[in-house]
Amino acid sequence: MPDAVGLELIAKEINAAHEGAVRETGHEYGSATLVIAAGKNLEVLRWLEETPGQEYTFCSSVHGADYLPAEPRFAVHYELLNRDRVERIHVKALLGDPSAGTDDRWGEGPLPTLRSSVGIFPTAEFQEREIYDFFGIVFDGHPDLRRITMPEDYVGWPQRRDFPIGGEPVIFTNTERERAGWYE
Amino acid sequence: MLRGDLEGEALEEHVKERIITTTLDTALNWARANAVFPATFGLACCAIEMMSMVASRYDIARFGSEAFRASPRQADLLVLSGRVSIKMAPVVRRIYDQMLEPKWVISMGACSSSGGMFSNYAVVQGADKFMPVDVHVPGCPPRPEAVLYGFNKLQRQIVGDPDLGWRQRYNAAGTEEWARMETGVPTPEALAAARRVVAREEKVEQEAGE
Ligand code: SF4
Repeated sequence: MPDAVGLELIAKEINAAHEGAVRETGHEYGSATLVIAAGKNLEVLRWLEETPGQEYTFCSSVHGADYLPAEPRFAVHYELLNRDRVERIHVKALLGDPSAGTDDRWGEGPLPTLRSSVGIFPTAEFQEREIYDFFGIVFDGHPDLRRITMPEDYVGWPQRRDFPIGGEPVIFTNTERERAGWYE
Repeated sequence: MLRGDLEGEALEEHVKERIITTTLDTALNWARANAVFPATFGLACCAIEMMSMVASRYDIARFGSEAFRASPRQADLLVLSGRVSIKMAPVVRRIYDQMLEPKWVISMGACSSSGGMFSNYAVVQGADKFMPVDVHVPGCPPRPEAVLYGFNKLQRQIVGDPDLGWRQRYNAAGTEEWARMETGVPTPEALAAARRVVAREEKVEQEAGE
């Protein structure tokens, strides 16, 4: 990964090319992170992929995260790799929840939206589908945005933190009195 | 014995001694119970134990059921060996529906019996929510011996002598958690049943002592 100074330089160069794209940098736990504005995700990814001397051409992972109750709530993480120098860089796009404040337990309201990176990294296709499946983050321009792991008629976004965990309450001998009526 | 060894009366007698009379149903069930064809079908980690049950160490062939069939049309036992996710449930149900009657189901392991440790949004909390199950084998995973034991229970059920649940066998009706919910103690019926058991055991001891 680029060292702390290198990361600042990258951030500065990206910001020079795309005003306000990089919001923050972070260099801890052995990973160099660029926190970017969600609307500029494609510009940043393309810059990292194409700029001579950077060339992070391999997208090793795209994943979602829910930081409730933080605001903005969602994030999409891109883990890029330069295979010649074996250097990784971590790009984190923060996304607000458009239906925040409403009692939208099943995630049926408006969904957070991000532009799809499939045009730059074709391997992102299934991973973006997975993020859509579990977090309800919509990727604009994705060729085939369907659920991938859950059944297609499933309702809700199960990895969101406010999603009911499901299953059945379990009765133990020490809770059988509080949970009276569990057998009905 | 060769032809001509016995003649007349002796032959009549010999034939009479070697005939068992039974009903067709009994004979049929006996044959069925000893030639169960399980479906080749594994769902999760439990399936590994199911496979070793077929191999030489545990050898389900002793009970006539080593021929796992890859088509539900040829199988009459479905061993649910693992967790059933809600995406898999319709598939499992379809396989069950495709099997020909008569058919049986063993739910193997904690997951397919109750959801097991996966009390979450993705796993069906017990396969008997969407299909009938004849035998539940507890464990995570159950040892192959346990599955064989469950299989023997199923065989007994097939020949028309279903084992009673343990509460009946131990005369323990009324000791269920829900039954003592109200008072926290066993119901009067349960206590009476327990007293009957104790009395019976004391009688046995007395007789042995005499
Ligand atoms: S019961 Fe245990 S071994 Fe069997 S499928 Fe569940 S987790 Fe795996």
